[in-house]
Amino acid sequence: MADQTYPIPGILDTTPSRAARLVEWVHSWVVTVDHKRLGILYIVYALFFLLVAGAEAMAMRIQLAVPNNHFLSPELFNEFFTMHGTTMVFLVGMTIIFGIGNYLVPLMIGARDMAFPRLNAFSFWMSAFGGLFLYFSFVGGFGLYGMGSAPDVTWWAYAPLTAKAFTPGHNTDYWALSLIVMGFGTLGAAINILATAFSMRCRGMTLFRMPLFVWLMVVTSGLTLITITPLTAAQVMLIIDRYLGAHFFDAQAGGAPIVWMHFFWIFGHPEVYVLILPAFGIASEVIPVFSRKAIFGYPAMVAASVGIAFVSTTVWAHHMFTVGMTSVGNSFFVLSTMMVGIPTAIKIFNWTATMWGGKIRFATPMLFCTAFLFQFLCAGLTGIMLASAPWNWQLHNSYFVIAHFHYTLTGSFIFCIFAAFYYWYPKVTGRMLSEKLGKRHFWLFFIGFHLTFDTMHFVGILGMPRSIYTYEADRGWNTLNFWISVGGLIQGIAVLIFAWNLIRSYLHGEESGNDPWDAWTLEWSTPSPPPAYNFAEDPVVRSRRPLWDLKHPHDPDWKYER
Amino acid sequence: MSTFPIFADENWRLPARGRVGMFALIIAESAIFTIFVVAYVYYIGRSTYGPTPQILDVPVFNTICLLSSSVTVIFAEHAIKHGRLRAFGLWWAATILLGIEFMTGTGMEWLRLIYKDGLSIRTNLFGTTFYSLVGLHATHVIVGLIGLSVIMAFTLAGRVEERHAERIQVFALYWHFVDAVWVVVFTVVYILGR
Repeated sequence: MADQTYPIPGILDTTPSRAARLVEWVHSWVVTVDHKRLGILYIVYALFFLLVAGAEAMAMRIQLAVPNNHFLSPELFNEFFTMHGTTMVFLVGMTIIFGIGNYLVPLMIGARDMAFPRLNAFSFWMSAFGGLFLYFSFVGGFGLYGMGSAPDVTWWAYAPLTAKAFTPGHNTDYWALSLIVMGFGTLGAAINILATAFSMRCRGMTLFRMPLFVWLMVVTSGLTLITITPLTAAQVMLIIDRYLGAHFFDAQAGGAPIVWMHFFWIFGHPEVYVLILPAFGIASEVIPVFSRKAIFGYPAMVAASVGIAFVSTTVWAHHMFTVGMTSVGNSFFVLSTMMVGIPTAIKIFNWTATMWGGKIRFATPMLFCTAFLFQFLCAGLTGIMLASAPWNWQLHNSYFVIAHFHYTLTGSFIFCIFAAFYYWYPKVTGRMLSEKLGKRHFWLFFIGFHLTFDTMHFVGILGMPRSIYTYEADRGWNTLNFWISVGGLIQGIAVLIFAWNLIRSYLHGEESGNDPWDAWTLEWSTPSPPPAYNFAEDPVVRSRRPLWDLKHPHDPDWKYER
Repeated sequence: MSTFPIFADENWRLPARGRVGMFALIIAESAIFTIFVVAYVYYIGRSTYGPTPQILDVPVFNTICLLSSSVTVIFAEHAIKHGRLRAFGLWWAATILLGIEFMTGTGMEWLRLIYKDGLSIRTNLFGTTFYSLVGLHATHVIVGLIGLSVIMAFTLAGRVEERHAERIQVFALYWHFVDAVWVVVFTVVYILGR
């Protein structure tokens, strides 16, 4: 009892109250410039909107589960598919890749922070407020009268539908303005990643020793620079049209709606590569570690990534075959699109070759990456089908197209993002995600994904167009649509299991230690979670697998790498 | 991480982060300008009514001023690199004056176009694309002028020193970019498009 403290009468109680501590905690997250905390903010923000956009998708699938349904009103259906697309691409996809990139790039190259920490915070808050502004549209404008002002012009927002005459109110303005704001945030993040990777590497970390994830983030950021900006420019034109009465996309004054299509897809197609390239980076980190082999063909992987980025800027008009381009134009975009198959095939070959003869551990991250390999291959094959103009004329704007790009964005991108969560969660929180829940999440999501999107190919070939509110019962689409919706429900349950796993493992998960996967890149040399300064001493590396060198001093990589 | 084998590379040098960041920004800005230039070129001669580009006068003096400001910036960069702070201040002020002259010239041109020729952004397609493209460039000149003025204020307060040469050079990159874009805008609007 000797160390017990007795209250002294008249002394001031300086312990901050619970409320004050909460304010302090929130404040510390708001003013933070630490790349790890900002990375977590990005990721939490993206996860929240993943659930929101997923709920929108579920509502649409309930509406489409049976013919002549009236679960949603037609107006709300339009708003939901516009918001689902916009949210998934900008609020989920872009933020989650820059979140993961923010967290990992400095750790992987042995730096203490990003090149511009304050720009980093600015970029996040720009993106965050842009996203909140987009969702404010549900209540803003005339929304309080019950109509809702959420964007309803599809996520590609073709002119002339977006003209003031055809979309009165502020739906389109919310869409354009919020994405302009988010665009500047994304641009800042991309500049930061580039400056970090080029200028902040630790001693010995040459460009060709950088982990592939860092390489892919560099390529993605470079592509972002020339991808997001055309969208910003086109949206500025749209806003000038709508507010200043200009005529960029006004056919009556000689303007051309097709110019919008070109500008949008000059952004829109490279954008999907901006999303998928970091996913490739994740697969390139996970597959070697769980195959217990160094990545096969590292230089070829780098070259293929840069090649994909280059080719991706020349393929945009394959979204426009049905518009009526010249045969020369059609042929060019058919050929350039098919060329994407070459570098992506090199990548698939190299991942498979990495697994070949490896001692594979099918932990949850590896399960997701293995499924990604096959699903990405299928997505590539339907991509080549759609790249062929005559085939595209038949199936343009059908559910076949929806199935194709969900194979890339869900089947490839989201699968890799889940792999990243299971792989790096121990580093971020110091606790393992539950493998049992993880396996359930994987198998449910895998089954739900295939039920939904495999079936969507068939309903597309049977002629069901995208973006329709409902359909007649005599089209032969009923059973297929019902099963698509069931698959969607299964995926929804799987994502909820995942969310539960994140929360439960954070509180009760098994302690992970610094390096639970016996991995080889620098981030695993730090404590979990890493301290604010990342590395107590600046690391020095001599090969692509610095931790391998450290763990195997008698057989280090640098003896063999050139 | 002292347990890592020591890698005795004394020549471990990385590019300055400011420079990398500015080059990345310039690439991004170039893409924005490309879209506006493409729109301008595509819409040349497509206005269905109203004034045409023939009403434009070639702004020769303005162009000379703006391009000269790139030269004065180079002199200023050179001066600060060698620690000649007074010369730096003078060249920097000259740059600002040339930039202000350019904006004044553009303002006069727009005033004439709006009130004499009756061309506004909503008049026709030419007005739309002309004011957007030239206005986009003018916006960048204004942002540049604000940056130049901030540095000028610090110079007058005696806070700019030789060790800031690198940062001055990074900012000067932006000004060079604004001038280089004018060469493109000038060629497209006043020579090819007229």
